[in-house]
Amino acid sequence: MSVTSIQVPVEEAARSSRPARRRPRLSWQRATPYLLVLPAILLELLIHIVPMLVGIWMSFIRLTQFFIANWSAAPYAGLGNYKVALDLSGPIGKGLLHSFTVTCVYTVLVVGFSWLLGMSAALVLQQSFRGRGFLRTLFLVPYALPIYAGVITWSFMLQRDNGLFNHLLVENLHLLDNPPFWLIGNNAFVSTAVVALWRSWPFAFLMIMAGMQSIPDEIYQAAAVDGAGIWQQARYITLGLLRPVNRVLVLMLFLWTFNDFNTPFVLFGATPPHSADLVSIHIFGNSFVNWNFGLGSAMSVLLLLFLLVVTSLYLGLTSWRNRRA
Amino acid sequence: MREPRSFTAFRVVVVTVLGLFTLVPLYVMLTSALKPLGDVQGDFHWWPAHPTLEPFVQIWSTVPLARYFVNSLVVCTIATVFSVLVAVFAAYAVSRYRFFGRRLFTSTVLSTQMFPGILFLLPLFLIFVNIDKQLGFTFLYQTRLGLIVTYLTFSLPFSIWMLASYLEGIPRDLDEAARVDGCRAVGALFRVVLPAARPGVVAVAVYAFMTSWGEILFASQMTNDSTKTLSIGLQNYSTAINVYWNQVMAAALVVSVPIVVGFLLLQKYLVAGLTSGAVK
Amino acid sequence: MKTRLLAATVAVATVTLTAACGGGGSSGGSSNGGSGSTTLTYWASNQGTSLQNDKDVLGPELAKFEKQTGVHVDLEVIGWPDLLNKILAATTSGQGPDVLNIGNTWAASLQATGAFMPYDDAALNAIGGKDKFVETAFATGGAPGKTPTSVPLYGLVYGLYYNKKMFSDAGLQPPTTWQDLVTDAKKLTDPSKGVYGMAMEGGSYTESVHFAFIFGRQNGGQPFDDSGKATFTTPGMVAGVKQYVDLMGADKVVNPSSVQYKNGPEAPGDFAKGKAAMLMSQNNADNTLQADGMTPDQYGVVAIPAPSPLPPGGKDVASFVAGINISIFKNTKNKDAALKFVKFMTSKEEQAILDKPFTALPVVKGGEVNFTSNKDEADTFAQILATKAEPLPLIPAESAFETNVGNAVNGLLAQAATGKPVSDADIKAALTEAQDKMAAAGS
Repeated sequence: MSVTSIQVPVEEAARSSRPARRRPRLSWQRATPYLLVLPAILLELLIHIVPMLVGIWMSFIRLTQFFIANWSAAPYAGLGNYKVALDLSGPIGKGLLHSFTVTCVYTVLVVGFSWLLGMSAALVLQQSFRGRGFLRTLFLVPYALPIYAGVITWSFMLQRDNGLFNHLLVENLHLLDNPPFWLIGNNAFVSTAVVALWRSWPFAFLMIMAGMQSIPDEIYQAAAVDGAGIWQQARYITLGLLRPVNRVLVLMLFLWTFNDFNTPFVLFGATPPHSADLVSIHIFGNSFVNWNFGLGSAMSVLLLLFLLVVTSLYLGLTSWRNRRA
Repeated sequence: MREPRSFTAFRVVVVTVLGLFTLVPLYVMLTSALKPLGDVQGDFHWWPAHPTLEPFVQIWSTVPLARYFVNSLVVCTIATVFSVLVAVFAAYAVSRYRFFGRRLFTSTVLSTQMFPGILFLLPLFLIFVNIDKQLGFTFLYQTRLGLIVTYLTFSLPFSIWMLASYLEGIPRDLDEAARVDGCRAVGALFRVVLPAARPGVVAVAVYAFMTSWGEILFASQMTNDSTKTLSIGLQNYSTAINVYWNQVMAAALVVSVPIVVGFLLLQKYLVAGLTSGAVK
Repeated sequence: MKTRLLAATVAVATVTLTAACGGGGSSGGSSNGGSGSTTLTYWASNQGTSLQNDKDVLGPELAKFEKQTGVHVDLEVIGWPDLLNKILAATTSGQGPDVLNIGNTWAASLQATGAFMPYDDAALNAIGGKDKFVETAFATGGAPGKTPTSVPLYGLVYGLYYNKKMFSDAGLQPPTTWQDLVTDAKKLTDPSKGVYGMAMEGGSYTESVHFAFIFGRQNGGQPFDDSGKATFTTPGMVAGVKQYVDLMGADKVVNPSSVQYKNGPEAPGDFAKGKAAMLMSQNNADNTLQADGMTPDQYGVVAIPAPSPLPPGGKDVASFVAGINISIFKNTKNKDAALKFVKFMTSKEEQAILDKPFTALPVVKGGEVNFTSNKDEADTFAQILATKAEPLPLIPAESAFETNVGNAVNGLLAQAATGKPVSDADIKAALTEAQDKMAAAGS
């Protein structure tokens, strides 16, 4: 990183020292960054931004089944949908708060463990040993399976009567007499988190592993010459130089896990048990299952605001730490 | 380098735990795919009592698996290629230029990741339908193109951010030098910077591919029978009359083989030492 | 050089994208072909053993229709998990099929959206007149007093399936009262052998809400009063839910594991494998039972019995009028062809052909129940539909009623399955919450 941070001022200094010699060719050069980001901007506008604005607008109208075929006729609701969603004494507000809390715990667990497992695996596989290539591929397999296939296999394993887990716990190991339920009650939360972890840690592994490749061997060699052991190298060189990668990785894992729809949906369908009522599927239930898209949109916007705040805090905090480091 | 005992122990634990964690579901998939339906629905057994290859035959007729597989492959591949291309351009601009609106661009792109998919599903659907109405023919509604454009944008934010941070890590003297040599910006990008960032590009491509490969929510709304993708098609093994567990598992295995082989082939790029040759 | 690169990229992009959309765009929406032939898009629901099976069954019929009328039908079979969502998306965007199947319990909710063509007198005449339909089935077409936006296509009702051998081995006759049913079920339950008196799809909110309705009606309850206000918490509804949940809780005649069953075929599977002596299911369970290796002579069917004597205000309701209706999308450009198609699908001949593979009851008068070789079973189901079935509430909020009450009952079943007793107060609290949710959401 040190190379880059020295480089930036040099480059900028070089640029600013020759404004006087700006020729027409230079204005074309000035347009270059805009041309480069243009395709991305157009796509984002079409797929994300405009639909997002429409979604925000939806949250201010009473978009129920009576109006979905003719949106323009839907009455303006003002903050009505938000009031319902935030009324913590009402059943809907309570449900949303519960779902939000569950999702926070779920996200912390899944992201934390995904990163930990991914980091551990990447560290281990950084050293060459027999079977390394095989393991590297094996660990990525959960990620290569279609989500539906992976999750449905887990739900199959977690069945009470015919599932692998209860077979193992009750019949093979005799640890329990009475087979527990894994997909209802509070266990449903644990099961969902484990399944999500199974799916998401290989991604952390992949990203960290790729990030490690960009750390020059010379740095390790120099450290080894200085007498740093394998753990110190991991602690100071690998973790330190992976910081930019980790910064993005953790943030993205956080956002995806928080908005995770697929895992609970495949495990439980549109109506998960109370303990695993993650917020995205909760919103899905409120909009698609109860046919109240205005309310569902209001909930989504609240979720968006929360994630915006968390993300800004996170980015502010990490860049501050980066600058100090 | 001599390896301390603590690290060896760490390695054994990590490999065992993660190996089991990964393998057990795969084992269940494989053995279930080899069982007749009656056995799969009955009590669990570690070993198939009546092993059969029939599920691997039946999968093709229960569901038009081959068509869904081709759809998925076409949609995901094209979406990946363009997603990486668009992301590379944008990431290069973000990492190499200080331009007006740069921060706005990066933060807006990032904020799109915070939007719950469920909210913009309907609006996006509506926009596609209206574009088609303006055009007067079916262009985006339930077509592969519509899905491609959607998926390619889904993976953009992460790809741009990840690639930008990769490019940050690549010394600027590389492309500065190339530009001095008479290459313009894009030339420098393709000739010098990208080869150096290959592991990052491959990782992002893998990500873009897998994002589209597994997506369920949008695919279920934005496809019809002829454009349906695998992730949706697999659900069709569960019908009102029966859940064909063994066939789901068999189909999942069959369609995953090419993907896993692809991973194998890409490995050498993922791990290829990058800087040693390029920096000097 | 940059320009060349860019040009190349653009060229590649154009070629690939064109290639990509060329293949996919063929079957969206409806169109009038240049040759003067008309094409209809038809969304069929999954009725057979697989989506492919549905296509195999419908394919020859659609070909026959094309031969008769020159109208080509593009068929898409949609699985149940996707169907309502796709219909909603079509409704919101105005872009959908010409003709589609709907679950008949959604009829009033979908009618309220205004996206479906009302079958006015002219339209009804065009499809053969309303008198051709069985009245109870025709009544599910929409809210009472409004022009229906759907007409019945396949009829389904609940029945009580019982395993003949298990009953005769235990010296039992099929129950005629609810009390008998519980006593018999207890006798037939032996958890040590993994055998239970009753099979249950305890994780399916749709089944849960169906039984809440049926047993609620038996106990004198009514989910909505005449003004359309939710009355889930009346004593009759609470007693009805209790009757159902007690099978799992107090009576312990259901395998607790069945609270995880949510796909539909699991409970019939238990019954077919002799793990349960009785099964309360719609008549299309026959398909699953046979797929699981049971032959029609091995089981019998009677109406689901009511408590005796009937509680005050109670009715001897054994089922709701279940089934599939067929609707025409209002935006269709081919209304005449669509009406022709509906007429074709609801004709006596087609009903006779389709009812067999789809194990459905005929919804037109004079139709024969032909999906089973068991004459008693056929008569029983026909009679339940004619005399012991009531439609679910035909109100716009029906869809919200199904999910909220169904989920509440599922939660109670889960509580019972994990060994916690379910009291009247628990039931009332759960139903109150469901009712409050609906009120707060304004639906």
